[in-house]
Amino acid sequence: MSAVVEAGGLGKRYRRRWALADCTLAIPAGRVVGLVGPNGAGKTTLLQLAAGLLEPTAGTITVLGKRPGVPAQLRAVGFVAQDTPTYAGLSVAGHLRMGGWLNPDWDGELAERRIRQLGLDLRQRAGSLSGGQRAQLALTLAVAKRPELLLLDEPVASLDPLARREFLQVLMETVAEHGISVVLSSHLIADVERVCDYLVVLTASRVRVAGDTDALLALHHRLSGPRRAARPYPASWEVIEESHTDKQTVLLVRTNEEILDPAWTVRPVSLEDLVLAYMSQPNDAARAGRPRLEIAS
Amino acid sequence: MIEFQLDTVSGVATYLQLVQQVHDALRLGLLEPGDQLPTAQQVVAKLAINPNTVLKAYRDLEREGLVRGRPGQGTFVMRTLSGADSATQARFLAAMTDLLRSARSAGLGPDDVEAIYRTAARGCFAEGAA
Amino acid sequence: MIRFTWLRFRTQALIALGALVIIAVVLGLTGPHLADVYNATVVPCHRYNDCAAVLQAFPPAPDRTILGLMNDLVIAVPGLIGIFWGAPLVAREFETGTFRLAWTQGISRTRWLAAKLGLVGAFSMLVAGLLSLMVTWWSGPFDQAYQVRITLAVFHTSGIVPVGYAAFAFALGATAGMLIRRTLPAMAVTLVIFAAVQFAVPFWVRPHLIPPVTTTSALNLGSVVEWGSTDAGQGNGGDLFVLTQPDVPGAWLLSNEVITPAGRSASTEPGTQACGGGASTLQSCRAYLATLHLRQELIYQPASRYWALQWYETALYLAGALLLSGLCSLRIRRRRPAGGDVRRAGRPTDLQNRPRPAPSPQSA
Repeated sequence: MSAVVEAGGLGKRYRRRWALADCTLAIPAGRVVGLVGPNGAGKTTLLQLAAGLLEPTAGTITVLGKRPGVPAQLRAVGFVAQDTPTYAGLSVAGHLRMGGWLNPDWDGELAERRIRQLGLDLRQRAGSLSGGQRAQLALTLAVAKRPELLLLDEPVASLDPLARREFLQVLMETVAEHGISVVLSSHLIADVERVCDYLVVLTASRVRVAGDTDALLALHHRLSGPRRAARPYPASWEVIEESHTDKQTVLLVRTNEEILDPAWTVRPVSLEDLVLAYMSQPNDAARAGRPRLEIAS
Repeated sequence: MIEFQLDTVSGVATYLQLVQQVHDALRLGLLEPGDQLPTAQQVVAKLAINPNTVLKAYRDLEREGLVRGRPGQGTFVMRTLSGADSATQARFLAAMTDLLRSARSAGLGPDDVEAIYRTAARGCFAEGAA
Repeated sequence: MIRFTWLRFRTQALIALGALVIIAVVLGLTGPHLADVYNATVVPCHRYNDCAAVLQAFPPAPDRTILGLMNDLVIAVPGLIGIFWGAPLVAREFETGTFRLAWTQGISRTRWLAAKLGLVGAFSMLVAGLLSLMVTWWSGPFDQAYQVRITLAVFHTSGIVPVGYAAFAFALGATAGMLIRRTLPAMAVTLVIFAAVQFAVPFWVRPHLIPPVTTTSALNLGSVVEWGSTDAGQGNGGDLFVLTQPDVPGAWLLSNEVITPAGRSASTEPGTQACGGGASTLQSCRAYLATLHLRQELIYQPASRYWALQWYETALYLAGALLLSGLCSLRIRRRRPAGGDVRRAGRPTDLQNRPRPAPSPQSA
């Protein structure tokens, strides 16, 4: 499958701080990609770079094989920014007309059908819509331009649980119907677990891990064993996290080999624990993931 | 048409849950050969899960020979699972429901019932395990 | 994009047009009356030789008020356009974040900006032009009576310069909004800079748009209106001063100096008893002045240059507007940081607040 977003050494600096550094990704098409990490990690920066709202300070990024921000790419990519900006004084109908005027591939019938399904009043001003309705409107605007890729920046973060569920339902239905790729950022792991089949973990401006969710879960294991078993680990193991008590050692290990040592109890890792483990790695990307040797007491 | 549920706390993978629910429905006679399974679009519109998950579950079921996808038309049930006919299933479903009701009035909770079931199942099916 | 810009701008445009209609009605009702008064009193005043008195009383009081109001309006409107239509044009989109919606549709940023600047800018010029047209028509009798339209006090209240002012103020506001990215500060900056420009141009630029006429002629003693010495009383020592009323009707006087034959100012001559002393009289002073063979040097823009100056000044402002628009256009191509992440308070089950496992210990 071709890559829908490709980044090579991508970086973005504001004054002295690198909001995103050394980002290399190849996101395959046809997936729902979860971009996770705490606030300030660089998720918004990455999405805005992909949408063409920002220009890279270092490295390269191509989206659908083209440079972001050029009209040829803009028509194939739908973007919904954080807080789903809309024109407060403009009606829902006005927003749809805008979509039709500014987008060459606009599907007006699709837009109207969705608005009807959502039960939005065409004459109501966007400023008086609820957060959930605004998010749905923004999503409709992005989807009705018939893009190949949707970039959503924390679209459900400020919504109540019901609105959140409805948004994801509509989004998934759209993916199923039109087969578009989605990259959505979130700091809510539960949503990511539900809808995403590809994961990118971003912390402190760097990519910690990126890959197919099922593959990642298959590769990672939680190992617990008695303290004395904590001796040099096999070379094929990548220890992501380790903790020791006086009696027990618990590891989070990434390996594609079977763990045969009976001293270890092997359990699967939940997506949440996996993400958290990668997020708490040290900032030095070069050292990240290397097996750590324990210094005996 | 059956409706899928999702249990987010059980730790069981979503697609396995869908497969399991189809198996259960087949066993209980809620699904019969020729019935159509909900489309991926319908499932995700309700459950807000990734469409690929649904497709994966349907692929597994197709590999088991239980369903078949017809391009442009949908996914249809091919055969039932081996087991008793639907009448027998219904009879035992009714009996089980009555038993559980009396258990509840006797003061037993779901965990108690499960423990009892497991013990009994071990004893019963272990001898004749295939 | 033009249609969309109009959709968003429609309400403000209709309000402006409504105001113009009201003004048109007021002027339309009072204009003919003013013309009648002019024809009845000012036109025949030469016959009765009471022009001075008539002009004093013309225009009648209510029309005078309206005239004052209309002049103020024509002066104010370009600035208001710059502040209320120019500054928020782009700044508002930055403030509300809607530029992230606008710039990810299917058109380029340059086209987006061009449509906004073009439509609203053109409308601004139209409004200013219509207003100026109406006011110029209405104050026609006034202009004919006083012939002062090229002078500093009146030049900017009629003709076509308000169109140039409006275009420039609008472009200035838009540029300020583009660079500052906040509406209120942009409005303030626009006001300050536009006011400064409007103050500077009439004093330092307009006089030189066309090289002014300079004439030097023998001093007509009949045009002397004041004379004397700077230390009046003694009459000995002090400098002579002579004030004249030149005879260039309707001109914009830039400089009016009485000079000696050598070319120096008359004030380099000393005052005398004859002129400025306690015993001086009109005759004695005149006699004295005649001996000096003084000359009068006038630098002015004649009334006939009114339209030339109007066109040049309008062109200047329009050029300024185009320059600023070009600046905006260049600026919007350079992708500027769109601002960092929106900071949020923590939420339940979010990764921000979840207690992280402690960094792995190095030793047991």
